[in-house]
Amino acid sequence: MSKQAQHWEKSRGLLFITLAIWFVFSIGIFLFGAEMNEVTGPFGYPLTYWFTCQGSLGAFVILIFWFANRQEKIDEEFGFSERGDD
Amino acid sequence: MIKGNFIDNLPKVYGIYTGGFLGFIIIMSIAEQMGMTAKTIGICFVAFTVAIYAIIGYLSRTAQADAYYVAGRQVPTVFNGMATAADWMSGASFVAMAGGIYFKGYGYMALLVGWTGGYVLVASLLAPYLRKFGCYTVPDFIGTRYGGNLTRFLAVVVLTVASFTYVTAQINATGTIASVALDIPFQYAVYVGLVSILLCSMLGGMRGVTWTQVAQYIVLIIAYLLPVFWISNKMGAGFFPHFMLADEVARIGELEQQFGFVANSKENLAMVPKGLAGITKAHSAVNATPWAFISLALAMMMGTASLPHVMMRYFTTPSVKAARKSVGWSLFFIFLLYSSAPMLATLSKLSLIDPSLPTGIIGKSITEVQAIDWYQNWNQANLMFVSDFNGNGTLELNEFFMGGKAVVLATPEIAGLPYVISGLVAAGGMAAAMSTADGLILAIANAISHDVYYKIIDPKAETAKRLVVARVLLVVIGFAGATIAAMEIQGILGSVIWAFDFAMSGLFFPLVLGVWWKRANREGAIAGMALGLLSGMGYLIWVRNGGSGFLGITQLTFGIFGSAVSLVAMVVVSLITSEPSAATQRMVDEVRVPSGKSILGKQH
Repeated sequence: MSKQAQHWEKSRGLLFITLAIWFVFSIGIFLFGAEMNEVTGPFGYPLTYWFTCQGSLGAFVILIFWFANRQEKIDEEFGFSERGDD
Repeated sequence: MIKGNFIDNLPKVYGIYTGGFLGFIIIMSIAEQMGMTAKTIGICFVAFTVAIYAIIGYLSRTAQADAYYVAGRQVPTVFNGMATAADWMSGASFVAMAGGIYFKGYGYMALLVGWTGGYVLVASLLAPYLRKFGCYTVPDFIGTRYGGNLTRFLAVVVLTVASFTYVTAQINATGTIASVALDIPFQYAVYVGLVSILLCSMLGGMRGVTWTQVAQYIVLIIAYLLPVFWISNKMGAGFFPHFMLADEVARIGELEQQFGFVANSKENLAMVPKGLAGITKAHSAVNATPWAFISLALAMMMGTASLPHVMMRYFTTPSVKAARKSVGWSLFFIFLLYSSAPMLATLSKLSLIDPSLPTGIIGKSITEVQAIDWYQNWNQANLMFVSDFNGNGTLELNEFFMGGKAVVLATPEIAGLPYVISGLVAAGGMAAAMSTADGLILAIANAISHDVYYKIIDPKAETAKRLVVARVLLVVIGFAGATIAAMEIQGILGSVIWAFDFAMSGLFFPLVLGVWWKRANREGAIAGMALGLLSGMGYLIWVRNGGSGFLGITQLTFGIFGSAVSLVAMVVVSLITSEPSAATQRMVDEVRVPSGKSILGKQH
């Protein structure tokens, strides 16, 4: 398999993991919104309410930075990283 | 030239700017103490900030195509994040979001999740690849990837339908704020708003818009966060509201139980002025079905990833790597405001309904409430209303009505903050609406000037001529938007949500499959865009005219139907027609590798 194909395979793997985590915080947990709201979440807010105010939003921010770093590692591994920031 | 210097000095330049703005706020509050009237303060805030944006817009003037279309591709990651956040957060986010949360609770908060979760799709599915492509506009990608003028043209059509729906709402918002702050009639204020918007973008195109958007972000985030923190401290709810309002949220739940949600009769509701609403839904309880919540969030997420004015911000970063990181920063800066909106809604609601607080009005006598200064002000502005439906002389929860905008606009006054805060909030709302309007008008004008005029009609046009066409279009589209805004057809939020649905119906799958599915071809893309947009639009018209809809898809989520049709059409038509040429397939391979030259040249 060519270097390029391997790079793409790994990138696609990372995409699926990223989308899976995204799915959990944007869709998955809200299937059980009513049940989860009975539980007390961080800082004492009802759990589902907290996710809609802060939890899911914060998870997305972290997820994007994590994804960007992982993708950079993959690019470096195959020698596809760009020179500097220019 | 100053330019190279300017990029290196960005932190310093915007640091001084932020300090200067804070200084201006302090000067205004001293002026207030010395007796400056509320009206003068409002005018000062709006005029001062708009003048600064105009100066930045003038300093960023350019005669080069790549500076005009993609800001020379040298915007650093963090600053592009701020610019995107300003581009993204519209007048609706700023003025209406906290109000939506206040009235509708959980069901509305699907928008918070949707408008942030979409960025994960932007970062992972699209932005880095489109940056590698090196396009100037989104239709530029579609047109080159799939080939042919028809694909390019259809992409321009979808872009225009979605963005134009959105931009009228933004011009409307600038008009509303300008008319209140400057005290002029709305019909004229709309054009004042438009001129301010064009001042930022006309001379410098994307470069001018980038640097004004950074400046606008700084104003809008200060204007949003300062009152939230101040109110929270003043009420004794906690010095860092985001982590400390659990007791207040619980207290609202208790009061809701105690008062109960009493339904008003039709005759009584008919007396309430149009646009005002009462508290009828629980604040923190789950009040929507999973599908209602998820479908709205999903529509907003896919719409986010298809809206061209957001996507084109990532064409301005220096590299593919920077484009990815920049999406993260964008969402971080958006998060700062979005996570504060529910806190503001909580503080606002509790301060009004808790009888044990000095500002609480529920349980007081109607005549007493009607005598309060701020009530009279906001009642006059048509944003507050009380009426003694049951005739017992006391104000009940179901007898108090408020406009959605009042949560952001009136809460500082209710909490007893100085007027300087209201002036600041007006400047923030103006910044939010202007920055989004600029991004949208530029997206439309650039697509028409670059893709329709230059790529289809006159490919030999010289740069100078292209940029003249681009600027003329900018003005024409701006005026068209302002003219429609002046007619006040749709409420601010309705048209904003439609824009997301239009964009996802026509563009989501053609964009995503263009990168992720090599087999996708021209015929498939044409079918995907045309049928997606038409079926989405058809569904909207059907539901608006009394159609029952299906699968719980409403007029706010019609993009789910449109994009499903688009996906099926695109896959089926692609598979029954021949696969794309070897050259196109090589191009897709090339896009997937971050290093190396971009597909389209620096000047094209």
